Amino acid sequence: MLEVAGLTKSFSGFVAVSDVSLRVETRQIAAVIGPNGAGKSTLFNLITGHLRPDSGRVLLDGRDITGVQPHETCRMGLGRSFQRTNIFPKLTVFENLQAAFIVHYGRGGNFWSRSEPLYRDEVQSLLGQIGLRDQAGTLGGTLSYGNQKQLELGLALASDPQLLLLDEPTAGMSAGETHETIRLLQRIAEERGLTLLFTEHDMEVVFGIAEKIAVLHQGRLIAEGAPAEVRNDPEVRRVYLGQGLSHA
Amino acid sequence: MDAASLFSQFMSGLTTAMFLFLIASGLSLVFGVMRVLNFAHGSFYMLGAYIAWQIVQWLQPGPGRFWLAVLGAATGVAVLGAVVERLLFRLLYDREELYQLLFTYGLVLILGDAAKALWGTQQLSVSGPPVLGGGIELFGTIVPVYNLFIMLVGPAIAVAVWLMLTRTTAGRMLRAAALDREMLGALGANVGTLYTGMFALASFLAGLAGALVTPIQSIVPGMDVEIIVQAFIVVVIGGLGSFWGTFLGSVIYGQVLSFGILIFPGFSLFSVFALMAVILILRPWGLLGRPLR
Amino acid sequence: MTERAEIAVGIGPRAGWRVPWTLIVFLAVLSLPWIGSRYDVFLGTQIAISALFAMSLNLLLGTAGLVSFGHAAYFGLGSYACGILMKDAGVPFSLAFPAAGVIAATFALVFGFFCVRLTKIYFAMLTLAFAQIVWAICFKWNDVTGGDQGLPDVPFPDLAWLGALPGFQRFRIGELFFFVVLVLVAVSIAVLRRITDSPFGRVLTTIRENPERAAFIGVNVRAYELAAFTIAGGFAGLSGALFGIFNRGVFADFVFWSKSADVMIMTILGGMNHFWGPAVGALVLTLLNQQITAYTEYWPFVLGTILVVLLFVFPGGILGALDAALSRVWKRRHA
Repeated sequence: MLEVAGLTKSFSGFVAVSDVSLRVETRQIAAVIGPNGAGKSTLFNLITGHLRPDSGRVLLDGRDITGVQPHETCRMGLGRSFQRTNIFPKLTVFENLQAAFIVHYGRGGNFWSRSEPLYRDEVQSLLGQIGLRDQAGTLGGTLSYGNQKQLELGLALASDPQLLLLDEPTAGMSAGETHETIRLLQRIAEERGLTLLFTEHDMEVVFGIAEKIAVLHQGRLIAEGAPAEVRNDPEVRRVYLGQGLSHA
Repeated sequence: MDAASLFSQFMSGLTTAMFLFLIASGLSLVFGVMRVLNFAHGSFYMLGAYIAWQIVQWLQPGPGRFWLAVLGAATGVAVLGAVVERLLFRLLYDREELYQLLFTYGLVLILGDAAKALWGTQQLSVSGPPVLGGGIELFGTIVPVYNLFIMLVGPAIAVAVWLMLTRTTAGRMLRAAALDREMLGALGANVGTLYTGMFALASFLAGLAGALVTPIQSIVPGMDVEIIVQAFIVVVIGGLGSFWGTFLGSVIYGQVLSFGILIFPGFSLFSVFALMAVILILRPWGLLGRPLR
Repeated sequence: MTERAEIAVGIGPRAGWRVPWTLIVFLAVLSLPWIGSRYDVFLGTQIAISALFAMSLNLLLGTAGLVSFGHAAYFGLGSYACGILMKDAGVPFSLAFPAAGVIAATFALVFGFFCVRLTKIYFAMLTLAFAQIVWAICFKWNDVTGGDQGLPDVPFPDLAWLGALPGFQRFRIGELFFFVVLVLVAVSIAVLRRITDSPFGRVLTTIRENPERAAFIGVNVRAYELAAFTIAGGFAGLSGALFGIFNRGVFADFVFWSKSADVMIMTILGGMNHFWGPAVGALVLTLLNQQITAYTEYWPFVLGTILVVLLFVFPGGILGALDAALSRVWKRRHA
């Protein structure tokens, strides 16, 4: 589903991502881990087209999407949720999702109809899936952190992606919230046949649901494979010494 | 056009450049740290001129009167800037940038009319200090001594401010604040006082420029708007937020003004903004600014 | 307006259109030439034109979150286009008016193409730069625009047909033109309303709220911003065309940046988060201006003070403050 080959990106001499290659199979749940500053967010930005790589390619389902703009990659089936919640604060939860559907179904160029009644069913259904039905009329900016993350997810799902990139989906959550979020993600991925690629700091989450793990360190890929392999990789252990891998 | 005239235009361009630099540097400083383009900066310049004139009226003629007036005006404007920032501007930091911009525009309207009410609409002028009077012959043309003085003062102040920014703790904190205001506060730095101080410094520079320009230019209503527009162009050319960019921009623009008027009489009206448009289209971050994402 | 406030006042879709305030206000204003003085009609015309101008800006400011400092350029271009067509080329108003809108929109398209590639302060400065270039050209191009003398004696459209209608015979050209202005402005505002409520308008609000996220749900932000810029420019041009006739002349200062600032203040005074905010702002500011300039020459001081007070105390403008007050009343009644 996703193939990344030799991606490199530097900023004014600082090499953020260096010659990273990885593959994610369709319907697989994969994770990218690494210490802070390892280049995970940059990698995501490169995949989604927010940044252009200095070299390397990104292929989505066989199609070259290297450097293609985010609004295009979104239409091609790439969804993304952000680490810092990135929703539309002064729109209600309903309007947030409705807007995403409007764009997804290509009605954004319509100057004449009223937008208000559009896609109500789709929005209700999605609200149900992500568990925000009772918050439909709340302004996005006034939601609790956890609810905002759910809305984040909803926005990403509204575009009906095939591949979903999740930037630290459980950041800042309690153990209980983390469990719920992970269960939700698994269920949605199952229902929609999604491929997931996420980054996380919480090793329990990673080793809990990831089928494949890639480890980044200082911009380079130092390990890639099944959880058991990665766990026992000597270089990974060295990098992560004392950072929680021991009890994963 | 012979060499002497060319040189004369060149010197005139440099003088203009240094005045522009004094004002634009304050503008750039405020933008670099606070991410706000202060429209009222030109008003501070104008007030510097008016206050200098006023002080000259109050004092007896005598040695040092001019310098006292200049210093007094610059300090007065600095105090005004500090008060405005502390009491009013500060309350808008959390708001959208548009509100901050509009606030500075409101200040322009208020200060402009205040000046009109206090000093009327007639042209005023201040004579320069006798010690800097007269001219020197250079390369076949006479260059006013005062202009030469300005051409020295400009770079001197540039270097002084640059040293302040790079060598002192306060300066380093300012540069850090430009990058991440919240982080700086978290580190325990008193960001509030820092901002007030910086705003006062920027206002001081603007007031200083206004006071210093009085022997060369008459003081009129509208000089606030005229100068702020030019200061905008200078910082755009040099790069918003770049200190040496502002210096470079001032020098370049000073010459553009000086020679442009010769070539094309209707020049300044159109060229000023055409130049700004061209730079914003081709290279928005200016000559020495950092490229936008 | 918030749902609750809307229901309280009886407007909006949720209230089932119980009280058609818009229609009532329109009819009331329409009757001005019968019930008011010639001066009232004069003011009414000016307010209506300003309202359209301000609402066109609000498509950018309030809906799309685009801060343009050069909106007066399109107002002025529309004025010149209509004025030149009618005065120098003898084109009838019925053609010159839409042409003005199209011409202004075209300029907005061209300038906007460059502007939308920038963000925030850079965008604002480029809009200002283009507007001042237009001003400089208008100010200097004596042959076409009349230079600093401008274009005086722009003719009124031929309204004999209107004056012949029963009940209208007593009206002079100024009052007849008022009717034309009111109807054209009302139609334009209705169109703007449709656009704001449309799916396109909804997408614009996502750009305002979070342009980065908008891109990630599939929005080509630049394209939408350019479309909004063009549409806003077109409507500004229409309002300018009307103003040139009303003012009996078109002058370069229509394009000057202070006019862009004035219309922005109007929009914010009324409330940029409400559709009708700019119209309210146009009404209040015009009336205030008339009143205050009668007493003092220090209008800029007053304007500046109003602006500063607005920013600190009523950032949502008049309608924003009203909305907040009504919501509080609602909460107390239904606590």
